[in-house]
Order: sequence, then structure tokens, then C-alpha cells
Amino acid sequence: MPQTETETQAPGVAPPLLEIKNLTVALPDEAERPFAVEKVRYTLNPDEILCVVGESGSGKSVTAHAIMGLLPKPDLRIAAGRILYRGQNIVAMSEAEQRALRGHRIAMIFQEPMTALNPLMRVGDQIEEALIIHTDLDRKARKARVVEMLDAVGLPSPETLRKSYPFRLSGGQRQRVMIAMALALKPDILIADEPTTALDVTTQKQILDLIKTIQREHKMAVLFITHDFGVVAEIADRVAVMRHGRVVELGPAQEVLTAPKAEYTRALIDSLPHGRPTDATVARGGPALLAAEGVTKVYRSGGTRVSKRTELVVSDNIYLTIHPGETVGLVGESGSGKSTLARAIVGLLKPDGGRILFQGTDLLSLDRAGFRPFRRHVQMVFQDPYASLNPRHKVAEIIAQGPIAFGTPRAEALARARELLGVVGLDASAGGRYPHEFSGGQRQRISIARALAMEPQLLIADEPVSALDASVQAQVLDLLADIKAKLNLAMLFITHDLRVAAQICDTVGVMQHGRIVEYGAATEVFGHPTDPYTRALLDAIPGQAWHASHPPSGGPPS
Amino acid sequence: MTRDFLLAFARNKGAVIGLAIVAVIILMAVFADVLYPQDPWDMVGLPFAPPMTDGMLMGSDMLGRDIAAGIVHGARVSLLIGLTSTLAAVFIGVLIGAIAGYYGGWLGDLLMRFTELFQTIPNFVLVVVIVAIFTPSLTSIVTAIALVSWAPLARLVRGEVLSLRSREFVQAAVTCGQSNGTIIVKQILPNCLSPIIVSASLMVATAILLESSLSFLGLGDPNAMSWGFMVGSARTVLRQAWWMSFFPGVAILVTVLGLNLIGEGLNDAFNPRLRRKRTA
Amino acid sequence: MPPMLQFLLSRLVKAVLVLGVVVILNFLLIHAAPGDPATVMAGEAGAADQAFVDQLRTQFGLDQPLYVQLGTYVGHIVQGDLGFSFRQQRPVADLLLERLPATVVLTLSAFVLALVGGVALGLLAALNVGKWADSAITVVALLSYATPIYWVGLMLVLVFSVNLGWLPAFGYETIGAGYSGVEKLADIGSHMFLPVVTLGLFYMAVYTRMMRASALEVASMDFVKTARAKGQTEWNIVTRHVLRNAILPILTVAGIQAGQLIGGSILVESVFAWPGLGRLTFDAVLQRDYQVLLGVFFVTSVLVIAFNILTDLLYVLIDPRVEITT
Repeated sequence: MPQTETETQAPGVAPPLLEIKNLTVALPDEAERPFAVEKVRYTLNPDEILCVVGESGSGKSVTAHAIMGLLPKPDLRIAAGRILYRGQNIVAMSEAEQRALRGHRIAMIFQEPMTALNPLMRVGDQIEEALIIHTDLDRKARKARVVEMLDAVGLPSPETLRKSYPFRLSGGQRQRVMIAMALALKPDILIADEPTTALDVTTQKQILDLIKTIQREHKMAVLFITHDFGVVAEIADRVAVMRHGRVVELGPAQEVLTAPKAEYTRALIDSLPHGRPTDATVARGGPALLAAEGVTKVYRSGGTRVSKRTELVVSDNIYLTIHPGETVGLVGESGSGKSTLARAIVGLLKPDGGRILFQGTDLLSLDRAGFRPFRRHVQMVFQDPYASLNPRHKVAEIIAQGPIAFGTPRAEALARARELLGVVGLDASAGGRYPHEFSGGQRQRISIARALAMEPQLLIADEPVSALDASVQAQVLDLLADIKAKLNLAMLFITHDLRVAAQICDTVGVMQHGRIVEYGAATEVFGHPTDPYTRALLDAIPGQAWHASHPPSGGPPS
Repeated sequence: MTRDFLLAFARNKGAVIGLAIVAVIILMAVFADVLYPQDPWDMVGLPFAPPMTDGMLMGSDMLGRDIAAGIVHGARVSLLIGLTSTLAAVFIGVLIGAIAGYYGGWLGDLLMRFTELFQTIPNFVLVVVIVAIFTPSLTSIVTAIALVSWAPLARLVRGEVLSLRSREFVQAAVTCGQSNGTIIVKQILPNCLSPIIVSASLMVATAILLESSLSFLGLGDPNAMSWGFMVGSARTVLRQAWWMSFFPGVAILVTVLGLNLIGEGLNDAFNPRLRRKRTA
Repeated sequence: MPPMLQFLLSRLVKAVLVLGVVVILNFLLIHAAPGDPATVMAGEAGAADQAFVDQLRTQFGLDQPLYVQLGTYVGHIVQGDLGFSFRQQRPVADLLLERLPATVVLTLSAFVLALVGGVALGLLAALNVGKWADSAITVVALLSYATPIYWVGLMLVLVFSVNLGWLPAFGYETIGAGYSGVEKLADIGSHMFLPVVTLGLFYMAVYTRMMRASALEVASMDFVKTARAKGQTEWNIVTRHVLRNAILPILTVAGIQAGQLIGGSILVESVFAWPGLGRLTFDAVLQRDYQVLLGVFFVTSVLVIAFNILTDLLYVLIDPRVEITT
């Protein structure tokens, strides 16, 4: 390869394994900015984990895809710069030369384990495919290696699992299969693109531990892309912080995490949920605003071509109370039943048993008409700001739709909607525009305004910040806390993120398999957890040691 | 949003061609009596006159009728039957699809079994049977075509409504106390308008093909000159007079092509996201 | 293999249900038609003699309440009695059975041609998206999709039989040629060529367009990126990962559209004088022989169900996720 240059190195110093030099990737003409990444440079050394961290749109993934030659053609192309693998420029290589590196010397795993595997191929065959491409191993040797790899990533009974199709495996198991596939050829470099973002916190911990262990064992270089500083603190040796397609800070993990130099890094770290329980204690005396007793719901799904008939019990005998002005958090992993309970309270689904008492009236015993007046008192803020606003209605109409349905004159409701936009920190003129003109955080504010328009006594927030970037997350949480205090609202806050729950809730219930396994004051639950599952959850929060040693300046000094 | 949509549509060459074709066909149908004032069934020249002879652009048929006059007047029947049967089918399809999708449960199941059944049975055979038994007329043809065309749309609408129903903005409308009717009409249907419009434009094309096939078999409205009838009656003299079946066939082809191009253009303009690939 | 058996059994139950509804539909059509049900069953008014009409009236108990009549009608169908064609002076079931093989041969060949051709062309277009091959395939598919099927048949006859004289225009075999063995097969093949192409072309266009869209969608999926990240070659990515996943939706639609394919064969058969159900239908339409028409509707429904089971089986073979038990 005459066209690849070898960089001159100081004598005696081994060249870095991977060097990104002034990499610029151009976006298509109609995009908002000309480059996805601009003049990015960083290096990756053997036996280290480099975390590239940034918010959505920072270009952190694009760089990784460029290394793998996986940029979506023809939209993205490398406009300038070099990517040197052991001194050889990947950008200048032929397609065949790049292919020889891919999956062999440089391997990659992705964010979505549910879609990253071919649904029609046995997982063993998918791992074996990499061996067929890059080695001369015979059938038997390949099979042996597949089993060995499945075993190495901690999957149970690899002999039988190898013959399974992906749909039989859980998300965590699939991500392990992906890792086994990536490591099958013992690559020098593993690129991990947000590999734990789609996973539950306890599974995330297991996968992070696995990657760390394998990295240490094989002295591999890992390029780990994430948006979560907790994850960075957990595994990074060095960190590159990216924003708007540029690297704004690069340095050893310890330095970046504890003494960030760049303004942006500092702001990002400060916006993290600090995870300390609120100091204010709410008097839980007096009659409860809402009490849920023995709520059960059995899910029957299936009958379609793909899924088979399954029964799932959630909300198995839940008991919980919410007092005026109190914020109760429901914490749990996906499928724990926390959203089911929320939906039952606002009447979006009908539980199979139990009682939900609102100021003493059992909501579940009411028919449609009887339930209607209570809709005003209980309002909900949804998870996905991009799905929760009707794209064909103007913002003011969206906010006013509830009051109008309850008979408020249209003009009056629309005027009130504009006022409410001010309350949630938006300009009143926003009312005349359509949702697609707003960012995720702004949409969530609109969603909150819609709930407030009904003047509710209880606000149910179902993962209201989990779809947002960290910096926006903090703003929306502040807004919720502010409104709650001003209006003396009671709130049921549903989240998978314990750090967020600790920060905003007075009382916390931890849910697992449809049961509340622990319930009490937030300070108690987080400070002195008694249930083993709560302890496991708390233990799985990434970057705890760092959180503890480094109180972000955003929170009150303790 | 509308301006973006129009721009996207106008940028699509095929869609603009399709629109031009259909516009010409519509003009032909509207001004048929101006272009060819005499009855298309009248004998106006020698039989078996080839194109460009005897003052007839496309020649004449076995009975000396002007082929060009037949094509211009035939546009009326094609468009009339295409549009009315599609309107009827859209009405049935949206109604059944929306109810099945929104309410679900046993009612939804029942409606979908019913829909599936109508999709499985050989629909052209059913159309032939119905029209033959009820004797061919505009009404029986439109009814029969509508009856076999609504099912795919009902399935489509049901799917859309089902996915929209679980969308958070619809749930928000529920928690805000909007009634089911309001939610279906104001929240859900406007959001599945684009697939309905796209399939409706394709359904008009299919209906025109169906009508022409019926006429070809001799099951057209006996009082209306139609393209399919012209092809069908000329097939026995194919060897001697190719133009008699060629030109009406081209008329059908061009019309259906135009409608399909419009449908595709609408689809692309409604779904700009499909054309762009996701980037991280 | 018991799960497969169970699957087939459930399909058969569904098939019986569909046929039941078809029979009821036929019954309702007879009664909804203008005029006396007996004359409808006999054929065009005045064509059959009074004795035959009277015989029908007693045979189907047409003076009984409607539900009794339905029972009688269903009873006849279950026994394989699809009525009697006064015009042809033969039982309808005999007429249908005689014509069925020719239609099955024609539709099955056209179905295979359309499926194989459509999948291949659609994939080719998707792989060359934006290039001339894609544009050419797209334009041809668009045209074929817009052309009336009977007209394509006529034009093919005009070009290949009338002008070039390469292929026979009519019938199933050369009458009186007395071929046997290979010669006979070749003769039938040459007769089949144009009808199969005519019928297959339209559906090939349908499947080509769908396959193109489906392959493009699959090609943008994550697992294709995974395969690329493994260092797999583009050819192997297409054959090992894209193809199988992209075919699934085509099979689903092919199953649903089998009814349309069989409906189309009526037109094609009447153009090429192919001695199948379509030709029978055409004659029955001319003669207003309703018993035969209703019989055709029933038999083609059976055929559609057979096609559906066929595509379902193909689907099960390809997709491991299908739970055969439901």
C-alpha cells in the first residue's frame, strides 16, 4: 500500500493503535450544518478504554462509523482527514482492504441489540459467519470457537443457545451475542456504540463489567461511545468530549471528570441528576388524595403470526398513597409494571381488580360518564415528546383541547393556553405554531402546559425526561419541581432512573415484576435500602463512586 | 407544511407527468361533446378504415364508428366509474377500518375476519358474477367494484388507527376528556389521511382497470361507449385491424399510468422521511 | 411432524369457513337477483323450458322458508352437486372439474414466474438504486402495472403470432397434430408461453415494485450493518441477509393477491381460448348461465385457498419466528 503514510514517531515510542487526524465528514447539502464532524482528532492506544461522550447530534457516532467504513452512503462522506490504523490510512484503503480489517482487527457492537441480529438466522451461524470470512478454520473448529465465545460472554448452555434464533433471547443476551461475535477474531480494537443505552440498569451493569473484564484480559483497545457520564466514570481510562461535531475536551478520565477544563464539559456534568434525596419533608398526615389498593392487571398478548400467546401479570396487589403536595416516585426496570399503574390511574386501561380511590371515590367502579369529571383532577405528562403532541394541531389548540372538551368557551381556553405557555417558560406566540417547530425539551414543556390547563390536583409524569438529553433533562425537572411547589400539586413520577427519582421525589416505591418491593421516604429508601432488589438497583447505577466523591456544583452543597 | 408538500410533489417528475396525463383525460371527458359532437355509436365513415384515413385520426371500427370519438367519450365512463366506486369503497373501508382499529375487541376481530374474507375471495370473479346476475348497468358495475375494493383499505386504515390509538397524543386527548367520536375525527383520521389519499388514487386506477375488464367481457353498461368494450369487440378482427384494439388499450394504459404516478408522487411527498436515511 | 400437521389442520378449518361464506354468498346472490330464484338458477329467462324450472323449484324447495332453502342448497353443495347447466346439458361440477386442470397449470406457472421474476428484478433494482438498471426496471414495472391484462395478451398475439408467426395464438395444443411424448410437451409449452407471460407480467410488476421497496428497507436495517461490520462482502450480505428477510412481505401479499391472479386468468384464458375455467366463465357470461358462474366462483375460491396455504407454508419454511400452533 504505497499511498498510506507512516507517521514519523519519536524513537522508542510505539505508535498508537488508532489515530484520527483532522477527520471531517460532510453532511448532505440540505442539512442544518455543513459537517457532521469537523477536524476531529484523537488517538486510541492498546489496552485502554477511550470514552467518546456527547449529546445527540454531537457526531460521536459518526466518527466511529467512519472508522468502520460504515457511513451511510451517499449522505455522509469523508471530506478531509485521515484515520490511521497501525500507521496505515484506512480512508485511502480499497474496499477489500477495509473489509479485511472490519470484524477481524476492528470490531463493532451497536446500540440496539433487538435489531442488530438477523432475525432469520441462528445466533451461532451469525457468529460463525465472521469466522468464515476471516479464517481458514474448518467446520468443527469454527463450531468449537462459537461455543467458546458464547461461554466467554457468560451466556448459559452455549451448546444449545448457539442453535437459537435471536427472538428467543432477551436484550441483554442479544448484546452478549453481539459481543461474542465482535470478539470471535480477537480484534485489536472494539468499537462500542452506546451498547448499554437500550438496556435496563442492572443489565447495563453486567454488560459494562463484561466489556471491562474482556478488555483487561485481552489488553484490547476499546472505543466506547456514550452519552452518560456515569458510564464514563465507570469504565473510561481516557475521555473525549464532543459537541456539534468537534472534540471540545480530551484527557485522562480522572481529570475530565473531576476538573473539567472546557466550559461545556462542566455544564454537562453539572446538569446530571445529582441523585441526592430532597431535604424538604412533606407532612404525610391527613387524608390521602389518591390511594391504590390491590390493583392487578393481567396482560394477554399474542395471537399474531410472530408472537405466541403469553400472560403477564403486572401491578400485582399494589398499595400506594399520594397526599396533596407530595411527589411519589415509582422506580423500576422495563416490564416492572410502573407504567401500567399510571395508566390505570388516568383511566387509559382497566385493571382486573383492586381499587383506586381518589378523595375517597373508587375510580375503578365508575363507568365512562362517572369517570369523566375526575379526568380534570388527574392529568398526565407522557414520555415521548415527539409522539405526545398531535402534529396536525397548533400548540394553543393542543393545550386548550381539554378545557374545550369540558365546556370552556374556545376563545377563553385559547387565551388561557397562551398564559400557560408563559408559565412553562415558552413565549406566548408559540401557541400559533405547530409542534414540529419545537425541540424535544420545548415539546415537553407544551405537554406540561396541556396537563396544567385542566387545573389538576394530581399530575402523573410517565418518564417525562428519559427521551431528553442530560442538559435539557435538568431544565424540565427544574420546571416540574417549580410548578409543583407553586401550585401545591401532588405528583406521581415514574422513572427507570434512580438518580432522577432521588432528586425529585419525597416518597419512593421500587417496583419489580409487578410488585412494589420497597416503599418509603426517598431518604430512607435510597439511604438505607432493605430490599435486595433495591440494593441491586442502587448498586447498578453507573459511576457511583465518582458521584459520591464529586458533588456537582448544580446541587446545593451538602 | 402544505408548501413543503407541494414543492416535494412538484419536484417529482413522474408525479407531474401523471398529473398532466390525468388533467388531459379529464378535459377530454368534460369537452367530449365539443370535440366529437356526434354520438360515438354513429357510423361516420367506411368500416375498417385504417388510422389517418377518411378524416379519422385513429381509423374506424367494423361498423364505421370513429375510434377517436369512442376514446374521447369513453373517458367519461372510465372516470365516472373509477371515481364513484372509489368514493364508495373509501367510505366503507375507512368506516370499517376506523371502527375495527379504534374499538378493537370482539367487534374489531369480527370486522377484520369479514374484511379478510373479502380480500381472499377471487374478487374479479365476484364482480363478474354480481354484474352478470344483476344485469350490467352503471349502478351494478359501480356497486360490484366498490364491494371488492374496500377491503385492502379497511385493513390499512385499521393498522394506522391501531398504531395511532396507542400514540401518546391520542392518550392525552383521552385524559383530557375528549369523546371517542371527537378523538377519531379530530386526532386520528387527520393523521392517517395521507395513506388514505394515496391508496384512493391507486384505487381509482384499479377500478378503471376492473371496469375495462368487465366491458371487455361484454359486461359493460350497454348504453355507454367504453374503452374496454372497444377492445373486446375488436379482438375478433385483430388480424385485419390492429388499430381498433390498439388505441383504446393505450388510452386505458395511459390513464392508469397517470393515476399510479400521481399516487406514487403523493406517497413520496407525504413521506419525505423515507427518502432520507437516519444518521447518528 | 405434528406442529406442521396442526398448522395445516388450522388452515383447513379456516378454509372450510371461507368456503361456507362463499356458499352463503352464492345463495344470497341467487335470491337477491331480480326475478324468480328458479329462473335465475335455470339461466337467462326464457332459455330453459318450464319443466326444468319446475324441477329446480321442487329440488331446492323454493316454496319453503329461506333458511330451509339455505339448508337444502348447502346440502347439495356438500354432496358435490353444484347444479345443472341447462345450456350445456351437463352437471356444473363435471364442467368445472374438466376445466380445472388447465387453469391450475396456467395460474401456477404464472404465479411462479411472477414470484421468481419479481423477486429477482426487485432485488436487482434495489441493489442498483438510482442507477440506469433501477430506472429501467422501475419504468417497465410501472408500465406493466398499468396495462390491462387482456390487452397485453392481444398485443403479444399481434406481435408474436400474427406478425412474427413464432408462437401459436390459441388453444392448449395443436389440434389433430397427433404429437406424443416430448413433442407433445413442447407443443403444449409453446401454447402456454404467451398466456403464462401475459398473466405473469402484471403480477411480476406488482412483486418487483414491492420487492424493491422491501429490499431497500431491509438493507437499511441494523443487522445488515452488523454483517458489514463483520467484513462480509456486499454480495454475501445480499444473499445471506437481505434476500430472505425481504421476501417475507412479498409472500404475505402474494398469498392475499392469489385471488386476483386467478381472477386475471379468466381474462387471459378468454383471450387465448385456453380451455380452462376462464373460458368457461366467458361462455357462461355470454349465455347468462348463472349456475356455471356461481360454480366458477366457488371453485376459484377453493383454488385461492390452496394458493394461500402454499404461500403460508413457504412463509413457515423461511421464518423461524412463526409459531405454528396458532
